[in-house]
Amino acid sequence: MAKVPVQFTLNGSEKAEFIDSGTTLLNALRDKIGDTSPKGGCHQGTCGACSVIIDGELRLSCLTLAETCSGTAITTTSGLAEGGVLHPLQRAFLDTFATQCGFCTPGMIMAAKVLLDHTPNPTRGDVVEALSGNICRCTGYEPIIQAVLTAARSNSQNAA
Amino acid sequence: MALALQTFPTVKDANAALKTAGTRYLGGGTLVVRAANEGDVSVSGLVRSTDPTLLAITVADGKIRIGASVTMAAIARHPELGTLAKAARAVGGPAVRNMATVGGNLFAPAPYGDFAVALLALDATVGTDDGELPIETFLAGRDDSHAIVTSVAFTLPKADGFRFLKVSRIKPKGVSVLSIATVLEQAADGTVSSARIALGCMADRPIRARAAEKALKGKSLDQGGIAAALAASTEGTTPITDPIASAWYRAEVLPVHLGRLLLS
Repeated sequence: MAKVPVQFTLNGSEKAEFIDSGTTLLNALRDKIGDTSPKGGCHQGTCGACSVIIDGELRLSCLTLAETCSGTAITTTSGLAEGGVLHPLQRAFLDTFATQCGFCTPGMIMAAKVLLDHTPNPTRGDVVEALSGNICRCTGYEPIIQAVLTAARSNSQNAA
Repeated sequence: MALALQTFPTVKDANAALKTAGTRYLGGGTLVVRAANEGDVSVSGLVRSTDPTLLAITVADGKIRIGASVTMAAIARHPELGTLAKAARAVGGPAVRNMATVGGNLFAPAPYGDFAVALLALDATVGTDDGELPIETFLAGRDDSHAIVTSVAFTLPKADGFRFLKVSRIKPKGVSVLSIATVLEQAADGTVSSARIALGCMADRPIRARAAEKALKGKSLDQGGIAAALAASTEGTTPITDPIASAWYRAEVLPVHLGRLLLS
């Protein structure tokens, strides 16, 4: 299998790797780079557990080939905390018991981050729509929705 | 997965590379990478093109041309394509809409391909390197198509002339039980002067409901006027059966949802 060079920014750090052509971004991140925050759930684009942000857009890393990401800026959940301080979304997921097994959590947080980046004061409907591509089999979704709304409130209070 | 991806700056070069057996075109990846992840060993190589025209949306004199690599999200947020936003938002969740392309949606097997249903109702033409085809002809032969789709083109209908409905069991986002798109024109007296009705999930690919279209002509859009069209709506359909719904169920509920759409 031919090796191809891939260069992108991951959570603010430059990454340059040689990978097998056709490797998914999910596999490149987890197996080659060592960022295991995106989870491999269905590998069909259905569960959203592998969601990452590429150049500001929510994308599924299981269906994205790593070599198509050269020159992009990629954000994963592991890059959200700064200086040991959790991102408001991460803090809200903990505080509102929005995680159970935790497998869907990184994908949920990525989807929520894109929402809050564009819509700082979302309605409940906005949150439901934003999370509609992410499946959780534990929580019943309500704690997750509350976590995102809590993070949004926390953000607006900080901005005030 | 063992896939080699080849990237070409022009569609012409990508088309040439696509002739190799086992090679598939990579658009947004939601169909072909998914197939590879599922273990489809018929996919051994991928080809893509970075031609910028594939990402262009042009609007001129009511005529729309959308490049094949334009995503559902790009259509949904385009200020001049508000008519189609509902159909574009019917495709997947936010992440899928950032990846799924117009060109790929034409190849999506039922129960997917909701946007292609809209394009069928709009009587779009499908552009390839070899020229343009009516969408109905394209969809009929898509399994044997080896030419890369470059664009779709259509005339934007008058305000309120286009209607779209996706029926799913899970809200806000679920796989289609069925989808319906209509383009209706009405005479001054309110009767239907022309109708195009396209259906998703009522065959293995989007189809026209020709009997219903014929029955609707000259009729008013009220309960009595649409009755014959609803009765004829399943004519010529071969609904799919999948974990979402059986063929029987889809045939039973099609007239109900078509009626709601026509009266909305």
